[in-house]
Amino acid sequence: MSLGSVPLRYKISIDREQCMDCGRCIENCSYGVYRREGDRIITESRKCTACMRCIAMCPRDAITLTENPVDYRSHPLWTPEAREDVLRQARSGKIILSGMGNTQPHPSIFDRLLLDACQVTNPSIDPLREPMELRTYIGKKPSKLQFKKSEAGDVELETKLAPNLKLETPIMVGHMSFGAISLNAQLSLAKAVSELGTYMGTGEGGMHRALYPYQNNLIAQVASGRFGVDVDYLKRGAAIEIKIGQGAKPGIGGHLPGEKVSAEVSLTRMIPEGSDAISPAPHHDIYSIEDLVQLVRSLKEATDWQKPVFVKIAAVHNVSAIAAGIARSSADAVVIDGYRGGTGAAPKVFRDHVGIPIEAAIASVDKKLREQGVRNEVSVIASGGIRNSADLTKSIALGADAVYIGTAALIALGCRVCGNCYRGLCPWGIATQRPELVSRLNPDEGAEQVSNLIKGWTLELKELMGAAGLNSIESLRGNRDRLRGFMLDEGMLEILDVKNVGA
Amino acid sequence: MTLKIDAKGMHYTPLNRQIKAAVAEGEKDIVLENVLGQRFIADGLKGEDVRLIIKGVPGGDLAMFMSGPTCIVYGNGEHAPGNTMNSGLLVIHGSAGDAVAHGMRGGKVYIQKNIGYRGGIHMKQYDLKVRPVLVIGGTAHSFLGEYMAGGLVLVLGIGLKKAITDRGIGSGIHGGEIIIRGEVEDHLLGVGAKKFEFTKADLERIKPEIEGFCAQFGLDPAEFLDTNYTRIAPASSRPFAGKYVWE
Repeated sequence: MSLGSVPLRYKISIDREQCMDCGRCIENCSYGVYRREGDRIITESRKCTACMRCIAMCPRDAITLTENPVDYRSHPLWTPEAREDVLRQARSGKIILSGMGNTQPHPSIFDRLLLDACQVTNPSIDPLREPMELRTYIGKKPSKLQFKKSEAGDVELETKLAPNLKLETPIMVGHMSFGAISLNAQLSLAKAVSELGTYMGTGEGGMHRALYPYQNNLIAQVASGRFGVDVDYLKRGAAIEIKIGQGAKPGIGGHLPGEKVSAEVSLTRMIPEGSDAISPAPHHDIYSIEDLVQLVRSLKEATDWQKPVFVKIAAVHNVSAIAAGIARSSADAVVIDGYRGGTGAAPKVFRDHVGIPIEAAIASVDKKLREQGVRNEVSVIASGGIRNSADLTKSIALGADAVYIGTAALIALGCRVCGNCYRGLCPWGIATQRPELVSRLNPDEGAEQVSNLIKGWTLELKELMGAAGLNSIESLRGNRDRLRGFMLDEGMLEILDVKNVGA
Repeated sequence: MTLKIDAKGMHYTPLNRQIKAAVAEGEKDIVLENVLGQRFIADGLKGEDVRLIIKGVPGGDLAMFMSGPTCIVYGNGEHAPGNTMNSGLLVIHGSAGDAVAHGMRGGKVYIQKNIGYRGGIHMKQYDLKVRPVLVIGGTAHSFLGEYMAGGLVLVLGIGLKKAITDRGIGSGIHGGEIIIRGEVEDHLLGVGAKKFEFTKADLERIKPEIEGFCAQFGLDPAEFLDTNYTRIAPASSRPFAGKYVWE
């Protein structure tokens, strides 16, 4: 090839003084970086993805990884990435496929929002002493309540309440399908949310029978491919979510390659083994907001109006107007997925360039729904790049009812965000269907790790609320007075409806 | 025993509740009269031996997620009848709107006359032996069988010079087959769809479907039992396999 090779992205080196030649690196690397030749372990750095599995498993800390070990001539516009993308496409003429979230070095709005705390005038609350109310209900709330007196003189509620999901903490795990991730990964997440009294999404892959014991904490997704969707599936879930779009790839569909459609995936998605699972870009029975109403209500009719129905959209330019339409569709919650949201596979140009930040989307959706008097009609669930309890707390203060986490939960299972999920070789047993790799992830241990993460965030949320003098999540929700913008421009402060620091 | 329900002026939710309750109580034959635009009839309805007769014009998403029952409509259908249907039989004595049999996984949908756009779109199949079948007596508009992943779409073009004159047939098709009476012009095919010769073996394969359709509408199947069809199937079962390069 006249273009030659590009420089190594990662350089692996072994400290031979430290190495005890145990060969764990060879066993653990699913990308084939290590091999034994005679009495020596040989490395092939070009195959490395920086998944860090070898480093985590090396008993002697003998492995070093260096990123970009070879410098290009520096150039502010023609970054190494820009140059290599051109080379890649000059060779192939294809769309560049990528994994995990947006890699653009855009500033994080979350990091430029600061939280408030009480000093003197309004005492902070100690969560050790005072109960902190985090219980969150997702679904429609009545605009008013009507009561009647029974003959016995008791007061009874006359208003009919819509079904809601009861969350013990406003943190749920987002939709990652069986197929995109392994059964052990899904089981880990499902066990964790069941234990904690919260929920997780099935993704568009149906519900594997091994997840049935946790079905009361699962949200059944209906996406454009309708994989694994039948009336039993809909009835199993605690709620149903219509996926219109995803933050990592707004406006396009999904594609699970046939290699990943194993016997079990086939059974769960209800497609033949080895066949490609293609989800079209739109739902072909929804070409308008009126059609969306029809799909929402068809799901409610099929499940006798017993299940809340969510509609998930990617955060795009007109997100607030779209959310306002969803609020009138009989849907019970709108899920907004920001442009930093993760994915198993997305065209790089979409992952990095389409959509808007979740922070701005939450604020504008919440504001629009309030202005139109329909905020009570739908709950707002935010997702896409929620990294810690600070992002969670800020999301709620901007107007979200709860968040979905995805990447953070996978990191709790061992993921190192190498972004090679689409290759199906995940050495952590997460984004793979290979039995020998999947078995590396123990669902009981995985569940404990995910549960620990959510518990840790929940404790921090309580502390942050207490410090701000709030003892219930309702007092934090949409409470922009508890936020100040730091180094955000005036336009952004206006969108967020947040004052500047010092104001 | 046949249960008659007068749907005149009824909202779809109480109507569907009544149907489901009757089926739950063991009712096998139900006749709905004066149906006028009620959506979601038989949505998620189960029961292999349940027979639902609909007199009038049902609304959208008729027999959506339906699993087992037979549903016969004496009137036209609306948007997306047979949507994501699992199994059973849906017969419409008339025409139907867009997205007929959308994402259908199993069972049969027979439409006596014409359908709108996107018929059989994203139809798929799980069980390799029992495939979903959509038979259209008249014609279908654009994007018929788009993204089709399995099953059979058969267009008979009864009384028409050409069974189909709309474009975009089978764009992105990666499974299943579309069989159209007579010749189909090349430019009507979507990306990824390919014409194949219709053989006697093909005829043997679809014969039960032709007979089943004719039996519902009192037609003579002999009229259709020849090889004057065009078979359209995927050019590749992996239309997107070569579309991407790794980051």
